[in-house]
Amino acid sequence: MHVVLVLVVVAVGSVLFHFLSPWWWTPIASNWQYIDDTIIITFWITGVVFVAVLLFMAYCVWRFRHREGHRAAFEPENRRLETGLTVITGLGVAAMLAPGLFVWNHFITVPPDASAIEIVGQQWQWSFRLPGQDGKLGKTRVDSITDDNPLGLDKNDPDGRDDVVLQGEDLHLPIGKPIKVLLRSTDVLHDFYVPEFRAKMDILPGSSTYFWLTPTRTGTFDILCAELCGTGHPYMRGSVVVEEQVAYDAWLDGQQRRMLAQQDGPTRQKGEVKAQQ
Amino acid sequence: MVDVPLGVAGVPLAEVEDVELYHPKSWLTHYVFSQDAKIIAVQYSVTALSIGLVALMLSWLMRLQLAFPGALSFIDADAYYQLITMHGMMMVVYVLTALFLGGFGNYLIPLMLGARDMVFPYANMLSFWFYLLAVVVLFASFAVPGGPTGAGWTLYPPQSITAGTPGLAWGIVMMLVSLMIFIIGFTMGGLNYVVTVLQGRTRGMTLMRMPLTVWGIFTASVMALLAFPALFVGAVMMLFDRLLGTSFFMPEIIEQGARLPYGGGSPILFQHLFWFFGHPEVYIVALPAFGIVSDLISVHARRNIFGYRMMVWAIVAIGALSFVVWAHHMYVSGMNPYFGFFFATTTLIIAIPTAIKVYNWVLTLWRGDIHLTTPMLFALAFIVTFVNGGLTGLFLGNVVVDVPLSDTMFVVAHFHMVMGVAPILVIFGAIYHWYPKVTGRLLSVPLGQFHFWVTFLGAYLIFFPMHYLGLMGVPRRYYEMGETAIYPPSAHDLNIFITVMALLVGAAQLAFVFNLIWSLRHGRPAGGNPWRACSLEWQTSATPPPHGNFGKELPVVYRWAYDYNVPGAPEDFIPQNQPPLAGEIASRAP
Repeated sequence: MHVVLVLVVVAVGSVLFHFLSPWWWTPIASNWQYIDDTIIITFWITGVVFVAVLLFMAYCVWRFRHREGHRAAFEPENRRLETGLTVITGLGVAAMLAPGLFVWNHFITVPPDASAIEIVGQQWQWSFRLPGQDGKLGKTRVDSITDDNPLGLDKNDPDGRDDVVLQGEDLHLPIGKPIKVLLRSTDVLHDFYVPEFRAKMDILPGSSTYFWLTPTRTGTFDILCAELCGTGHPYMRGSVVVEEQVAYDAWLDGQQRRMLAQQDGPTRQKGEVKAQQ
Repeated sequence: MVDVPLGVAGVPLAEVEDVELYHPKSWLTHYVFSQDAKIIAVQYSVTALSIGLVALMLSWLMRLQLAFPGALSFIDADAYYQLITMHGMMMVVYVLTALFLGGFGNYLIPLMLGARDMVFPYANMLSFWFYLLAVVVLFASFAVPGGPTGAGWTLYPPQSITAGTPGLAWGIVMMLVSLMIFIIGFTMGGLNYVVTVLQGRTRGMTLMRMPLTVWGIFTASVMALLAFPALFVGAVMMLFDRLLGTSFFMPEIIEQGARLPYGGGSPILFQHLFWFFGHPEVYIVALPAFGIVSDLISVHARRNIFGYRMMVWAIVAIGALSFVVWAHHMYVSGMNPYFGFFFATTTLIIAIPTAIKVYNWVLTLWRGDIHLTTPMLFALAFIVTFVNGGLTGLFLGNVVVDVPLSDTMFVVAHFHMVMGVAPILVIFGAIYHWYPKVTGRLLSVPLGQFHFWVTFLGAYLIFFPMHYLGLMGVPRRYYEMGETAIYPPSAHDLNIFITVMALLVGAAQLAFVFNLIWSLRHGRPAGGNPWRACSLEWQTSATPPPHGNFGKELPVVYRWAYDYNVPGAPEDFIPQNQPPLAGEIASRAP
């Protein structure tokens, strides 16, 4: 009865693979432990159903295999059994859906003290924008995009004057502080994906999307793009560094000074020329 | 009124007029421009299976690239994205939809319902020729400058019509035009299937006596008629954006440093249109498979399908619910996040009728008389893969669980298991089951067994471990997995293993193709009803069934299609057209 054997091997083998294989999620580095927990609940419920169905099939194939003189039973319906199974399934579904919706509500409710940063996807690189001292990100316009203003900052918006723009550099985040990530694209769809954060969101041209997280572990993590964005899609990489507040402040301070030096450079020179005249 | 037979429940049944058939006058109208649903079914099936072989070879190439990045010099990133796009679109639309509805629908609906043919044979013929034209346009896109589109089978704008994506010049236009032709062709076929089921049934064939195969194909056809128009308008709008400069899906964007003259459109609108088609599409493929596998299990377990009425209502409920779950493909698309509550709830509710179907399949095995024929093996394997793929759907449907898994290899593994492997196993089972009716000969059993074991176990070994790559964080649609600190070196070994299995499974299909051709001549003669089945297609006057399907008189139906091992009956099956036996209790079954 190799069919019976194979069904049992598939059921047991799948469970063993699940527990023994070296391929599993990477340790989490954000507050979204809830998501991992919901996945674990789902694994347990679905795993039990999978094994139960397969073993029941294996038993049926063995017990009710064709033999000379053996006849099948004739039983069109069994209302009680069918109703019972429907109710149990409904309960199992509810046991997965309830925590799922609960965590989703948490996921889309950004805490009021979250500080905003902006991540911009462009074929095929990541750019970042942090608010300066004023804590506000300035407005942007697609028509303002030029070679020396790749993110299209609106030069007339005072909120944007001190924004820190990072291109081709790592993003730094302080540990333990909720961050609201605003996502923007200037060309096609992208998706900001750091596997350690669990959270991810597509990036749309023409509108702004968001998600939030609180980094919970220091380290350097790879940023991947998770929405097909053309042939450079797999090479659209970046890094995010989660660090202690002190280190983060020092880094941010350095970035702000660099920005001011870049912005003020030409204007101060102009001012000096005026003063001389 | 005297000779109008009474239904088993004692209700008089409506008279069905015999139809006038178109009789072919030449070889050309007999075999090429045929209006006979059985010939059209074979035309559809052979075309779809051939495209399936091409799509299989495309998947070989993409798997080779994933296992050995850069080893094949002709697969650059452009080519890779063209391969995955064409593989996906071919399989979903041109193989699975066409094969289940155009192939099995055409063959089985008239025969199972006791009809002489489809109600609109001419439109039925046109349906196939439009399909073939759509296929020609699709394949022609391999030959146009720039090659076929590499936008992914979901064709998301703006990427599908801006620089950085291969096939920008012609490929995307050819793809959209081909889809539009396909939909026009399908509409002619689909209306046929629906009207034939509603109007063409023989006397006594009430809706609740139809085999579940017909229920599945019927519901899927209704759904396809409602869902494909969303894709059609999406394709028209994108074509306008691409060719006429409209901005349905195009916001203000920069293309490689240059501002494009678009503005004000919404890329997410396309995603809504696409998935309003795309999610029902999953069930357009799945419901015929559900129906067919129910019949395979019942016939080969020699037992009535358990809970027939629940099975019918589950099919109808799944069909209806599948129109209000589409945005579960878009949880992280950037749509209003509050939609997530609604779509997660509807999505998980659909698990209940689906689970009922699984229970009733395995409960049909319970206390059966299980013959492990080749079709039965495929049916059992379908349950395994479908349960596996259906359960991983509970991960992806449960909004917040989808967040880390979306756009990873977990999704690829899930949908291949549930709408790739599972329905294809049913297709194989169905071909082993009905080939004797189509050709009069049985397929070779040893070749079938070999084909079954390699395909089932190989496919499971391809897609089960693939989930864990996604769980680990490997995104889908990557030209190469690349190096990231979180991928252990063993992940590359797993990629190679999956590719080796894919090559093996693909190669095993040669045994199937050989079996199909060889058995035409050399297969064991099947007789009219080799599986001793109840449904009408096995009760034809001759095998293969002649033009007009049945003899002079259409069969009259007295019972459902599942009278196996009825207590007191002389044989272990009672055909649907067998009048009530002496002493048979009238109201015991639908």
